[in-house]
Amino acid sequence: MRNRATLVVSIAVIGALSLTACGSRGGSKTSGGDSAGGTTTVTIGVDAPLTGDLSALGLGIKNSVDLAINQANANNEVPGVKFKIQALDDTAKPAPGQQNATQLVADKSVLGVVGPLNSSVAQSMQQIFNDAHLTEISPANTGVALTQGEAWASGKKVRPFASYFRTATTDAVQGPFAAQYLVNTAAKKKVFLIDDQKTYGAGLAATFKGEYTKLGGTIVGEEHVNPDDRDFSAIVTKVKASGADAVYYGGEYPAAGPLSLQLKDAGANIPLMGGDGIQSGDFIKLNAKSQGDLATAVGLPVESLPSAAKFIADYKAAAYKDAYETYGGYSYDSARAIILGVKAVVQANNGKLPSDARAKVVEAVQAVSFDGVTGKVSFDEYGDTTNKQLTVYKVDGGKWAVEKSGTFVAS
Amino acid sequence: MNELPQQLANGLILGALYGLVAIGYTMVYGIVQLINFAHGEIFMVGGFGALTAYLALPGGTTMWLAIPLMLVAGILVSVLVAVAAERFAYRPLRTAPRLAPLITAIGLSIGLQQLVFSFYPDAKKARVFPKIPGDPFSLGNVAIQRSDLFLIIAAPLCMLVLGWFVTKTRSGRAMQATSQDPDTAKLMGIDTDKIIVMAFAIGAAFAAVAAVAYGLRTGQVDFRMGFVLGLKAFTAAVLGGIGNIYGAMLGGLVLGLAEGLATAYIQHIPGMHLFGGGAWKDVWAFVLLIVVLLVRPQGLLGERVADRA
Repeated sequence: MRNRATLVVSIAVIGALSLTACGSRGGSKTSGGDSAGGTTTVTIGVDAPLTGDLSALGLGIKNSVDLAINQANANNEVPGVKFKIQALDDTAKPAPGQQNATQLVADKSVLGVVGPLNSSVAQSMQQIFNDAHLTEISPANTGVALTQGEAWASGKKVRPFASYFRTATTDAVQGPFAAQYLVNTAAKKKVFLIDDQKTYGAGLAATFKGEYTKLGGTIVGEEHVNPDDRDFSAIVTKVKASGADAVYYGGEYPAAGPLSLQLKDAGANIPLMGGDGIQSGDFIKLNAKSQGDLATAVGLPVESLPSAAKFIADYKAAAYKDAYETYGGYSYDSARAIILGVKAVVQANNGKLPSDARAKVVEAVQAVSFDGVTGKVSFDEYGDTTNKQLTVYKVDGGKWAVEKSGTFVAS
Repeated sequence: MNELPQQLANGLILGALYGLVAIGYTMVYGIVQLINFAHGEIFMVGGFGALTAYLALPGGTTMWLAIPLMLVAGILVSVLVAVAAERFAYRPLRTAPRLAPLITAIGLSIGLQQLVFSFYPDAKKARVFPKIPGDPFSLGNVAIQRSDLFLIIAAPLCMLVLGWFVTKTRSGRAMQATSQDPDTAKLMGIDTDKIIVMAFAIGAAFAAVAAVAYGLRTGQVDFRMGFVLGLKAFTAAVLGGIGNIYGAMLGGLVLGLAEGLATAYIQHIPGMHLFGGGAWKDVWAFVLLIVVLLVRPQGLLGERVADRA
């Protein structure tokens, strides 16, 4: 009888094991000061991953904000106000991000925060900033629910937090932008749709499908994979049998790489297209046959923008140790939006900061409109940027090359 | 285009992979009644052993030469890890309560994953595994990829060798004897310790062969790859009748077919369109397991054995 019991226990243990998840570590740092003598000091907070895998992007964000602040001080942009930066490291994890938010709220001189990089981290900070009426502008978050509420996909858009803004475009336009590219530019009329059932992937696939069918394309088949799957033979066979001339994949590169490879290995020579979750060098590394695969990414490579020429030159002149990376231009514009918000508040109050400066800055930022590095900067009623620029990248010779940039226009 | 023949081929190839890994579970269980949860990681380190051999070869080596060398390296690493695990983790616990080695196995599984994650260069992300270049072969409207040919040849070969070993050699007969009654086998002069090590080693070697096949198929290896596959292979072993080597292979094939066919056809059954496709394939695999165990609690080829006193 004991053997049978062992087997039952073993199976129960398997069940428990497959449900385990990893925890995460926290970490915090000490804070800075606040005011000075004749002038008022206004702090602009930065929250981004400054260490770890994503630190390259995070340091680019921090440096770009620093540049905007130094220039505002040098030009005496807001008379009587000196700006200073307070950058905290969230290690790309929600828990440290939450601690940083609490710390920034506690420092009364902080009137605005730029960051974070990750949508998951933003979720843990929004409530804290909103309760303190502290402006938060993310240069990189693409999760739609952050500005439009959890039920955005079903058309019930509700802005959950009035103090949260972003200069990055959302996932809600990535899918449709890809659909427009496939129909209008690449003339692919039959697409097989696959997603990994996660928030990001399923959302992309859903928004893609709506636009693609509206444009007259046919979805010849739909499939879902588990994020940990690496063997896609059954799905590849279905794709081949469906006669699709492209695959759209909502998800990330660890599964998209092998999926694309197995597709081509099976003799289906059709491109796989996805969102910025697959627009990574690792996608190409894991996939020897990635030539011709496509991905959308939010924003434009700033090098291609005439409005960014001065920013790039100034950044170079400032001799920062790290590059401005993908989100540099968007971070600079986020910082400018806060600075101009503070400026409007001070001017409306006879050159002094009012006692409820934070709440006033939120209102002022909601109303800003200026020509920034990345183009026109202003926010709609959800706090989303009104400037919906995206880029389609194509794998060419082992690199992601810019295939087509554009501004999203709903069809 | 009729996809049934191709889906059957997909299922059988995937099933053969499960079967090769399942043999390790079944042999160890048959002899020491231990579910070696670290077996998925034995499979994983075999994959990394093979990758190391490939990286050590000069660039442009033909796959005809590379694959045998990768196999040897993978088998070597897997067998070493498995034998060491048996010697240092399981043997001291052989007389301990049943749960102790089970918990040890789980610890070992996590430990091996973390070792590879921390110390193998760049193993924090998936590592690229070579593929056999060339277009797939076509048999009618079934396309067989070159990378899968390896498995199509290796799996039956492994089974033949194992069958011959267990039934025709002295060691194999000693193994059967140990499995039936270790105490009496010891009295008859069989070195049961050696037999147990042998069972671990054979299972590990087969897992390494499976790992090379997996790498060739998916084009990558990563430190987590043994976890889900290990659970699947264990399921296959139970499905076929735990302790029975042919059952392990049969269970693997049935499981692979079930996954492939569930992905392809369940959603076309009227009223079932919500429960089909790739997302549900694991669910159907386990539904199949439950149904089989309800009808035949001992598994497909398992025998009803009276519990030893």
